[in-house]
Amino acid sequence: MAKKNRSLTYEFTKGIVKENPLLVLLLGTCPALAVTTSAWNGLGMGLAATFVLVLANIVISALRNVIPDRVRIPSYITIIASLVTILQLLLQAYLPDLNRSLGIYIPLITVNCIILGRAEAFANRRTIIASLMDGLGMGVGFTLALFIIGSVREILGYGTFFGMGLPYIGGDYVLQPILIFALPPGGFAVYGLLIALSQKLSNRLYAQTPAPILDKEHYPGSVLVGSAFGSDGKLAYPVVSQEKEPSAGDAGRKESF
Amino acid sequence: MIDIAKILFTVILINNIVLSQFLGVCSFLGLTTNLKNSMGMSLAVVFVMVVSSAITYPIYTYLLVPNNLEYLQTVVFILIIASAVQVLEAIIKKSMPPLYKAMGIYLPLITTNCAILGIMLLNIQESYTFVQAIINGFGAGVSFMLAMFLFAGVRQKMSEANIPEFFKGMPSVLVAAAIVSVSFNGFKGVIENIFG
Repeated sequence: MAKKNRSLTYEFTKGIVKENPLLVLLLGTCPALAVTTSAWNGLGMGLAATFVLVLANIVISALRNVIPDRVRIPSYITIIASLVTILQLLLQAYLPDLNRSLGIYIPLITVNCIILGRAEAFANRRTIIASLMDGLGMGVGFTLALFIIGSVREILGYGTFFGMGLPYIGGDYVLQPILIFALPPGGFAVYGLLIALSQKLSNRLYAQTPAPILDKEHYPGSVLVGSAFGSDGKLAYPVVSQEKEPSAGDAGRKESF
Repeated sequence: MIDIAKILFTVILINNIVLSQFLGVCSFLGLTTNLKNSMGMSLAVVFVMVVSSAITYPIYTYLLVPNNLEYLQTVVFILIIASAVQVLEAIIKKSMPPLYKAMGIYLPLITTNCAILGIMLLNIQESYTFVQAIINGFGAGVSFMLAMFLFAGVRQKMSEANIPEFFKGMPSVLVAAAIVSVSFNGFKGVIENIFG
């Protein structure tokens, strides 16, 4: 029982830091770059995607023995598209402002690689509870990353945070907002810098990368398909410095985390 | 005629679908590692984009709108795209083997490419006519191709650069994409000057 509890906690926490979908798995880059011009947009997009991710994981996990293997991808896409339609109608009714600022990126959650990826890699072989925890964890990790990108871009690009002016920026002060960060190039740059930062940190924290689960079968249509992998199945670029061999000490450290 | 030129110019240069609208970033980052891959993928995208524009428009206008079913557009469009891709794959495999060789393996990946669904939704949102929708689809495909082509060149140069350890891989690629994207920002405001 205790072991099962721990594994559920693990399913939840792994998505937040260790296998963060945006920063480590590099899934779902389109919304991450497009809508994160402000902290509120980033948060809203993250929560919207979390809603779909959790429900899709639950539904697909519940139907995992019913859906024939050959037509599973079309079935998953149909399920996800229906959930997205529900979400869109809810947003139109209760949060019209957010719906307007996210625009076509709400229906585009349908083709977000994270959701299809988790359905393929996790929900179609695990129990409903585990899939729920996995969806929640991944969603929280995604939301957190979007929120950070959105905050950085809003503070640097407009000099505001959640629409409120910050002290010592803009107006007559020396510090002026750098508009380029709110424009498309800023999105690419901030996201790139954030991945670099997370790679630097994971070099210190973990001896091993979560790369082995990232193969072509588990993540159809992901960034890493067929490109970032070498012939040996390892990532072609080092997320963790290669000379560090995983040792007993490292394994112990991983366990304690 | 002016209309068509304006749509093409806007979608290819000003609102470049990858570098300004962030549609299809996944395949943009994943497949620009060499020129051959990126050209195969872009060719397939142009093809599917035009075909699905031509199919989704009548279905939306003559089937969904009269029955007040507009809210089903996401579900219907994604199913149309998925089946269009499957049918296209079968047809090309049978009738045009050389073309299938060039873009065959990229066709299945296109279903999850958000550029296609995004352009279908934009066609509806901008209330284009049938011809305009097809032109927009074609232009979007070309703009994807332009971005892929430019960026594949940049990445070929970058592969020889000496990059700090934790910047290797995606971070350096994204920062390079930011710089390429700046160059497309230069086209902002041009359209008013040309087309009035």
